[in-house]
Amino acid sequence: MQEYRLLSTSGLLGYGFPEASLAAGMKREPHMIGVDGGSTDPGPYYLGSGKCVNSRMSMKRDLKLMLHAARSQRIPLVIGSCGGAGGEPHLTVVADIVREIAREEGLHFKLAVIHAEQDKGWVKRKLREGSIKALRNVQPLDEETIDRATRIVGMMGPEPFIRALDDGAEVVLAGRSSDPAPWAGCATRAQLPPAPSWYAGKMLECGATAALPKGHDCLLTTVDREGIVLEAMNPIRICTPFSVANHSLHENSSPCFHIEPGGLLDTSDCTFEAVSDRAVRVAGMKWTQQPYTVKLEGAELVGYRAITICGTRDPGLVATVDDFLRSVRENVAVKAEAFGVKPEDYRLVIRTYGAHGVMAGWEPVEQTKSHELGFVVEIVAASQELANAVLSIARVQMLHVDFPGRLCKEGNMAFPYSPSDIETAPAYRFSVFHTAAIDDPCAAFPIEYERV
Amino acid sequence: MPRIRDIAKACKSKNAGPFEVTIDVVFDTREMYEKVRATKVLCPALFARLYKVSAEDVLFTEYPAGYAFKATLPRLVSSGDVGDTDVYGAQQHAPLLEVEIPL
Repeated sequence: MQEYRLLSTSGLLGYGFPEASLAAGMKREPHMIGVDGGSTDPGPYYLGSGKCVNSRMSMKRDLKLMLHAARSQRIPLVIGSCGGAGGEPHLTVVADIVREIAREEGLHFKLAVIHAEQDKGWVKRKLREGSIKALRNVQPLDEETIDRATRIVGMMGPEPFIRALDDGAEVVLAGRSSDPAPWAGCATRAQLPPAPSWYAGKMLECGATAALPKGHDCLLTTVDREGIVLEAMNPIRICTPFSVANHSLHENSSPCFHIEPGGLLDTSDCTFEAVSDRAVRVAGMKWTQQPYTVKLEGAELVGYRAITICGTRDPGLVATVDDFLRSVRENVAVKAEAFGVKPEDYRLVIRTYGAHGVMAGWEPVEQTKSHELGFVVEIVAASQELANAVLSIARVQMLHVDFPGRLCKEGNMAFPYSPSDIETAPAYRFSVFHTAAIDDPCAAFPIEYERV
Repeated sequence: MPRIRDIAKACKSKNAGPFEVTIDVVFDTREMYEKVRATKVLCPALFARLYKVSAEDVLFTEYPAGYAFKATLPRLVSSGDVGDTDVYGAQQHAPLLEVEIPL
């Protein structure tokens, strides 16, 4: 094929997009339609808990429009990293929505569901083989970390998508995938070279983010043998050489070197050229094949969290806040120990907004000039009961701990809510962020097919 | 002397995965980018000083195609772990805004 057209509806399934943009995109007769479903960006909770990052209602709205569009022109609909984190529960939610829409709308197609959650035994075998490496700023992996993880996903490359399409799938829903992989898979399957195919994927996975003004909207990308052309489908957005070049800075460590499953995309020598007042051609990208690795992402439970929110307007307290918080911590330790909870059984975190609540250890301003300070007081402990109990004590200390020169003798803090103590969801951390060398890019990502 | 906040088109931070934050300073024109580049103020040592990390830990890229400078730094706390203040890493750019550029 000389030219392959890919249509992306937005940066994430469930972000929404204007129907008119999708209609404009479909008039250009794309060869496929897709959307990225996920990211690690919203933090470890979603991978750990199995919850979707976007709501079922918003994902269903997007999927219904996309399914109708794809089926009406008999082109594949391909979605990676379903439900956010791309584990089994996330994939199940999205597949259920797709089946539900098909039932309600009378749509019929061959569905492929590609799984990305990894068996811990397999991960341990890879570790023992010496095939696992830590990514930058991450500790080496060990078996205890694998055991503690509530969920580990592998990030698939384009090959499982290609296999599903070769097997006749018309709708492909995949678990965790490299963001560009669904697009790169479709374009390379159409015999286009990997360099422009991967570059196209890197742009399409963010929808119209590479256009001006940025927005959650549709982007059409045409891949040929030497490069790609990008065009936003909403007439209010234009792609400029500058906006497209700048998109290579987005959420990655380097704008020039992009490590992907099976190779390296080098964009150092790319050229960006306006081909109309709203479309841009990018050429000069290079792809170097490398030993095949997949990224593994895992999250572990760190405990149960309870928080309270309060603020002070007292100038005496604002001026001596560090000493005040030290007293709070000391009192919490004494009072919690009195009912049998030792300091090592919980973590007390106090964020001080107006001082260093946003940047913490990176905050260069040492003395706040703010007339009021806001606090988020947080306890993380091994059970919700424990977290709630210690938080309750911490709340009382924030309200009543004495400090030198105190005039506000009825209470130090304004609490905006009753109840003032809030149970939040279980807390997780990213614990696995490593690569595994593999021989077969499809073996770790089994595909199930069904007639819908 | 102009500060980055006076002359940049964008100065922004964001996660580059859960264990790193990446900071971009973008200018409007090739001319301004080249002028700023010639001052050598934007360099790994600047980010090391502002963010209290070692210069070897700063992955620094000059990106002429986007009239931009990029620095990627290790996070103090990984995204969303206990004690993290910025899950998306979207508000860690402010120390750069005040940096003076001798144009």
